[in-house]
Amino acid sequence: MNDPLNFYGVTLQSRLLVGTSQYPSPAILADALAASKTEVVTVSLRREAGGSRAGEGFWGLIRETGLRVLPNTAGCRTVKEAVTTAHMARELFATKWIKLEVIGDDDLLAPDPFGLVEAARILCDEGFEVFPYMTEDLLLADRLVEAGCRVLMPWAAPIGSGRGLNNVFGLRALRARYPDIPLVIDAGLGAPSQASQAFELGFDAVLLNTAIAKAGDPVAMARAFALACEAGRTAYKALTIEPRDMAEPSTPVLGRAFT
Amino acid sequence: MLIRIIGAGAAGLTAAFELLRQAEALGRDIAVEIVEKAEGPGRGCSHYAGGMIAPWCEAESTEPIVATLGAEALEFWTETFPVAEKRGSLVVAPRRDRPDLIQFSRRTTHFVTLDREGIAALEPDLAENFDFGLYFEAEAHLAPREALAKLAEALAAKPNATLRYGVDATTLADDADWTLDCRGFAAKPDLAGLRGVKGEMIIIRAPDLNLTRPVRMVHPRHPVYLVPRPDGTIMVGATMVENEERARVTAQSVVELVNSAFALNPAFALAEIVETGSDVRPSFADNLPRIRREGRRLFLNGLYRHGFLLSPPLASRAARVVLEDAHFPEVMDEDRGQRRTA
Repeated sequence: MNDPLNFYGVTLQSRLLVGTSQYPSPAILADALAASKTEVVTVSLRREAGGSRAGEGFWGLIRETGLRVLPNTAGCRTVKEAVTTAHMARELFATKWIKLEVIGDDDLLAPDPFGLVEAARILCDEGFEVFPYMTEDLLLADRLVEAGCRVLMPWAAPIGSGRGLNNVFGLRALRARYPDIPLVIDAGLGAPSQASQAFELGFDAVLLNTAIAKAGDPVAMARAFALACEAGRTAYKALTIEPRDMAEPSTPVLGRAFT
Repeated sequence: MLIRIIGAGAAGLTAAFELLRQAEALGRDIAVEIVEKAEGPGRGCSHYAGGMIAPWCEAESTEPIVATLGAEALEFWTETFPVAEKRGSLVVAPRRDRPDLIQFSRRTTHFVTLDREGIAALEPDLAENFDFGLYFEAEAHLAPREALAKLAEALAAKPNATLRYGVDATTLADDADWTLDCRGFAAKPDLAGLRGVKGEMIIIRAPDLNLTRPVRMVHPRHPVYLVPRPDGTIMVGATMVENEERARVTAQSVVELVNSAFALNPAFALAEIVETGSDVRPSFADNLPRIRREGRRLFLNGLYRHGFLLSPPLASRAARVVLEDAHFPEVMDEDRGQRRTA
């Protein structure tokens, strides 16, 4: 089935984006990426850069995978930090893509919506193609789209929590408001069934890190998520039946013997 | 037969020890020369190690071979060269991170679970904040700086071992029968695929608090351990950052480390910070150790965050390669390249 995804004019076949932190080793990361069949990996730069961009060893391993890199600003708490990190990312990975994270709260690692919009405006104006990590708030989505974002990445639940889609109502509303903007569930998924559910709601892609990296067998879990994403997306395109209250017999009841 | 060992860290000193021990058992006549560019033993990343000999705890996030090899290190550091204390390890989590502790327990073996009373019996200062923990009774811990100083001293006392400090090995003639390169991260230019993983630690002194064994605190992003030292201080470590910056302790890392101690017992807030330190862990892409053979030169490297846990098993294998031409496919590769690449 040819069902490509489009981010800022880039066409992708895989609808699963994968993070690169917290794996037992880079070798297991590479195997998990292969098993996930992903085409896009996200990489954090803020802390790894150190005083003099000393993260080159690890970034080199990421480049060697040959996958498209979506650098992120994980760990940034201010607009200025996020913008500086984006500049560095553009230089290091020669890409206009940036997954913009401005973290506002330590307990939930929740996005700071105010700083996010401000940083998104700056970066969009500078020609970046911004993938904002956001809550599912509709007005926030409006502001980000106004700022120039053409992909939105709402969370399902707090980063690493594995809780699945916390606010199905809110996510449906976001999908309904923006039928034509690619929507990526970013953060909060733990089980493959939750990824399937995101696709069944009509989301275009999911981004995972902890669910794979911290699984007992990251490589097997990467494969499980790849299958779940394909199942959910295929089901969405195939139009699932509407739930109903009464049974609908698949053969006519009338005319059956003894009724 | 002259065997030159370059580097007097955990890998180099254990390799010298094992060579001498095995040669004696085999009745072989060898001379071992240890060449170290610093002015004393254990001045590389061994200096900042935790010194936990905890093979079963490590199974939580490593491949099974680490536990298998690590079990040999327990014997080495508690019996063969007994500088470790066998008081077990305790693993706890703040209440909100209980799921992570349960996950830890699912991925490890050789522990018993403890309730508040059980924790109080082992570490009274932790009982107020914790009512559930895992106790890995058979694990041990050592003081890295003292352990390597004692090992160097024991080697220096042997008639057929010499230690030369402040010497750059590249200036020496290539006159040894075998060379064991144990330089850690310094060997990066000669070892394809070796990278550094930064770690930062602090040492604190808290006279009001008493810890008698390593305590690990599980955390979704910043797992931390505290290891008591013989001088009454406590080492708190260690961050894991994918970069190769050797000496720069960041404020963020200190906050994370101090916060964890604070979560164990709020009285740690008044502890004195005695030292901060950082270095990089020499690591291959699979974070597993290697003996790489290039003719009569062996590289012992890639010990990652397991310098004390994996140096004895690696050393004993390297000694058997030299003395008996043995081969250990599980940890060895030839000069063709890495066993496994990312």
